[in-house]
Amino acid sequence: MSSPHVVPLRTYLLVFGALLVLTALTTGVAFINLGPLNTVAAMAIAFTKMLLVLFFFMHLKYSARLMRVVVLAGFFWFALLLALVFADYSTRGFPASSSPAPWSVAAPPTHP
Amino acid sequence: MSDVHAGPAGLAHQFEDLEQQHETDTLGIWVFLVTEIMFFGGLFTAYAIYRWFYLPSFEAGSRILNITLGATNTAVLIGSSLTMALSVRSAQLGKRKALIVFLILTMILGGVFLGIKGVEYHDKFVEHIVPGIDFAPQGEVLQHLAPGGLNHAQMYFFFYFAMTGLHALHMIVGMGLLLVLVLRARRGDFSPHYFAPVEVTGLYWHFVDIVWIFLFPLLYLIGGRY
Amino acid sequence: MSSATLEPRTDARVNYLNADYGWKSWLFTIDHKRIALLYLASITFYFFIGGAFAVLMRIHLIDPQGALVQPETYNKLFTMHGIIMIFFFLIPSIPAVLGNFLVPMMIGARDLAFPRLNLLSWYIYMIGGAFTLYSLIHGGVDTGWTFYAPYSDTYSNTNVVPVALGVFITGFSSILTGLNFIVTIHKMRAPGMTWFRMPLFLWSLYATSVIMVLGTPVLAITIFLLGLERIFHVGIFSPALGGDPLLFQHLFWFYSHPAVYIMILPAMGVISEVIACFSRKRIFGYKIVGFSSVAIAVLSFLVWGHHMFVTGQSVYAGLIFSVLSFLVAIPSAIKVFNWTATLYKGSISYDAPMLYALGFIGLFTMGGLTGLFLASLATDVHLNGTYFIVAHFHYIMVGGAVMGYLGGIHFWWPKITGRMYPDGWARLAAAIIFIGFNLTFFPQFMLGYLGMPRRYAFYPAEFQVLNVMSSAGASILGIGYLIPLIYLIWSMRYGPVAGPNPWGAKGLEWQTPSPPPTENFDEIPIVTEEAYAYAKEEPSGV
Repeated sequence: MSSPHVVPLRTYLLVFGALLVLTALTTGVAFINLGPLNTVAAMAIAFTKMLLVLFFFMHLKYSARLMRVVVLAGFFWFALLLALVFADYSTRGFPASSSPAPWSVAAPPTHP
Repeated sequence: MSDVHAGPAGLAHQFEDLEQQHETDTLGIWVFLVTEIMFFGGLFTAYAIYRWFYLPSFEAGSRILNITLGATNTAVLIGSSLTMALSVRSAQLGKRKALIVFLILTMILGGVFLGIKGVEYHDKFVEHIVPGIDFAPQGEVLQHLAPGGLNHAQMYFFFYFAMTGLHALHMIVGMGLLLVLVLRARRGDFSPHYFAPVEVTGLYWHFVDIVWIFLFPLLYLIGGRY
Repeated sequence: MSSATLEPRTDARVNYLNADYGWKSWLFTIDHKRIALLYLASITFYFFIGGAFAVLMRIHLIDPQGALVQPETYNKLFTMHGIIMIFFFLIPSIPAVLGNFLVPMMIGARDLAFPRLNLLSWYIYMIGGAFTLYSLIHGGVDTGWTFYAPYSDTYSNTNVVPVALGVFITGFSSILTGLNFIVTIHKMRAPGMTWFRMPLFLWSLYATSVIMVLGTPVLAITIFLLGLERIFHVGIFSPALGGDPLLFQHLFWFYSHPAVYIMILPAMGVISEVIACFSRKRIFGYKIVGFSSVAIAVLSFLVWGHHMFVTGQSVYAGLIFSVLSFLVAIPSAIKVFNWTATLYKGSISYDAPMLYALGFIGLFTMGGLTGLFLASLATDVHLNGTYFIVAHFHYIMVGGAVMGYLGGIHFWWPKITGRMYPDGWARLAAAIIFIGFNLTFFPQFMLGYLGMPRRYAFYPAEFQVLNVMSSAGASILGIGYLIPLIYLIWSMRYGPVAGPNPWGAKGLEWQTPSPPPTENFDEIPIVTEEAYAYAKEEPSGV
C-alpha cells in the first residue's frame, strides 16, 4: 500500500497469539466427537485464521479497496469451480443416494 | 534504453514515481496470489469430491497421520508468518539489522517446517504408505478397509502427498526468495522509501501459510481422534 | 487525443527497431514492442506447423478409406494440430503480439507494468514450445488436444508427458501476460485516460486477461494431476481404483471453455478498432460493448459442462450449463449489433483491415449461432462428436479469431514497422482467405449434421463429395495464408515508408512516429477526448 501505514507491534503479537490459540482449539476439537460438526468447526476455525492472516499480516485492512476486490474475486471464482462441479456430482445418482460413487464399478477388477 | 527519466534509486523507467511503482507491485502480487488460489483450488476441488464419496477411507487415512507433527508444523509456520510480518515492518522503519534478523528467523522456521515434513514423508516410506509406488500398509486401521476401501485410502494418501508436496515446493521457492532478500538487505538495497521486494515476498509467504492453515484440518483432522 | 501535438522527426531518427543492434539487444530486450515482435516470429512459426498438420489431414480425408496415413498417425495429426494451434498460436496471438505492442501505447505509458516479466513470458512460451516440439519429433501424441483420461493417463503409448509438460509450462506465459495487462491497465493510464475513454481493444484485453489469470492455473493443476496419474497410477481418474474420468473433464473444461473466449475476445477488440476507423464513426454503444467484454469473461466460466452433455454428467447439471450457455451468447450478440449500428451511415472504406473485420462479423455470427445448436441439450446429443462441432469452432477460431488477428496485423502494421504493405495484394489475400475458409468449413456443418464423426481417419463413401470440397477449400485457404506472409515480409524492406497515421485513426498510438521510439512518448500525453472522436464530416481514407 502506498501510504506507509506501520502496523503496531502489539497488533502483530495479538494476531499471532490468536492464531496459536485457534490452532490449539482446532486440534483439541478433533478429539471430541461432534459428528458432522467436526468438519464445520474445523473449517470455521481455518477460515478465521485465514482472515487474521489476510487482514493483519497481509495488510488487507490497510490496503486500497482494489486489493480486497481482487482477493474476493479469487475466492469467488474458486467457489464457482467447487459449486458447479458439485452440481454434477450431487445430482448424478439423483434421486438415489450418492454412495457408492456413481461411477464406481460393482466389483473392482484386480489391477494389472 | 534511452535515459529519459533519471529518477530516485530503485525507480524503474516505466513509472512516474515510487508511489506508482509501489502500488503497481502490490497489485501485481495480489493478482498473482489469485492465480495461486485457483491453482490450489483445482486440487482442493478434486480432494473435496473424493472425500465426499470416500469419507470412511479418508478418515482412516487421516488417522494414520501424526497429529502432533502436523500441529507443531502449523504453529511453526504461523511463527514464520509473524517473523515475516516483522521483517516487513523493520524495512518500513528502516531498521536494517532487524530486517535481516527477522528474515533469517523466517528462513529458520521455514526450514524447521520442511524438516518435519521430511520426517513425516520418511515415515510414510518406511511404513509402505506411498501411493502408486509402494502402497502396502500393514497397520490395522487401513487393512480393515480392504479390498475396495484400500484403493480409496490410496487416493487419500495421493492427495496427502500431492497437496503437501505442492505446498512444500512453494515453501522451497519462498526460502529462495528469502535468501535473495537477505543478501540484498545486507547490501543495503532497502529503505523506508523502497522495500517493495520485502513486502511482495511477505505476501507470498503469508499466502503459503494460509494454504497450510487449510491443509492441516483437511488432511490431519478428518477422522477425528476420539 | 493529446493536448500537446507530437511532431514526428523526419530526419534520421532513432526508433525502437534501430535503437540497438545485435541478437543480444533482441533476446535480452525489455521493450514491450520488441517482445511483441519476438512473439510475432514465434507464433507465425507455430501457425505454419499447425497448418501443415491441417493440410496433411485434409489430404488424407480426400479418400473415404484415408488417402495418406495410418489411422494411428491420423490421430496424432489432429492432436498435434489442435495442441499447436490452440496453445501455441491462438491463445498468445493477439494478446502477445498486438497486446504487448499496443497496450502501453494506447494508455499513454512507456512500457508495461512489469517489462522483465514480459520477457520472461516469452521465454517460458518458448521453453514450453520446445517440449512440445521434442514430443513431435519423437512421434507426437494421439490423445486429442483434450487429453481425456483414462486414455491419456493410462493407455496411450505416445509421448504424453513431454507435451503435457510443454502445455503446463506455456500456461504460465499466458498467466504472466494477463497479470501484466491487468496491472498495467489499472495503474499506468495516462492523465485523463479514464476507464471510459480507453479504446475498446483495451477493454477486451482486460477481460481476456481476467480469464487468463483465473482459468489457466486450473489447467495447470489438471495437467499436473494427469502427469502424476500417468507416472504413478494412483487412480485419481481411473474407475478401477476409485477415480472418475469425468473429474478430469470438469477440471480441464473449467479452463478450456474460458480459453476459447481468450481466443475470441481480443479479436473482438480489434474489430471494434477497425470498424470505428474505417467507418469514421465512434463505436455505437461504447459502454455496452465494453461491459459486454467483461460479461463474456465472467459468464465464460459458468458454461463448461456443455462439452460434457453426453459423457455421463448429471442431466440436472447439464440443464444448468445449457441455460448459462444460452446466456453467454447474449453479450456476443450485443457486440455484433453494435458493430452493425456503427457501420450504419458510416463513411466506409474497404481497406484490407476492414475486409477482415467485415468477414469476421459474418463468420463469427455463423459460428456463434451454431453454438446455440450445441448449447441445446437435445440437439447436442445428435451433433456432439460430429463435424458440426469441428465446423462450429473453426468458424469462430479461424473465421473469427484468425481473421481478427490478420485484420489487426494489417491495421497496425505501418505503426509496428513504419512501412505499408501492398494494398492490392492484401485485399486479394483477404478475399482468398474468406472464400477458402467457407469452402473448407461450410461443408463440414453439413457433414456433421449428416452424422460424420470427428477424429475419424475414414468415413462412409457417401460423405466423399463434401470432404473433397472441404479439402479443396483448405488448399485455397492455405494459399491465402501464404500470400500475406510473403508481402508482409517483403514490405519490411521494400514497402513505402508510412507516416505516423496513414489511416487517419484516433488513438494515442497513432500520435507517435511510425515506428515509435523506444520510450513511446517524449512526454506522457494528457487525454482530453473520448475514444473514437471521429469528426462527422471527415472524408474517408487519408
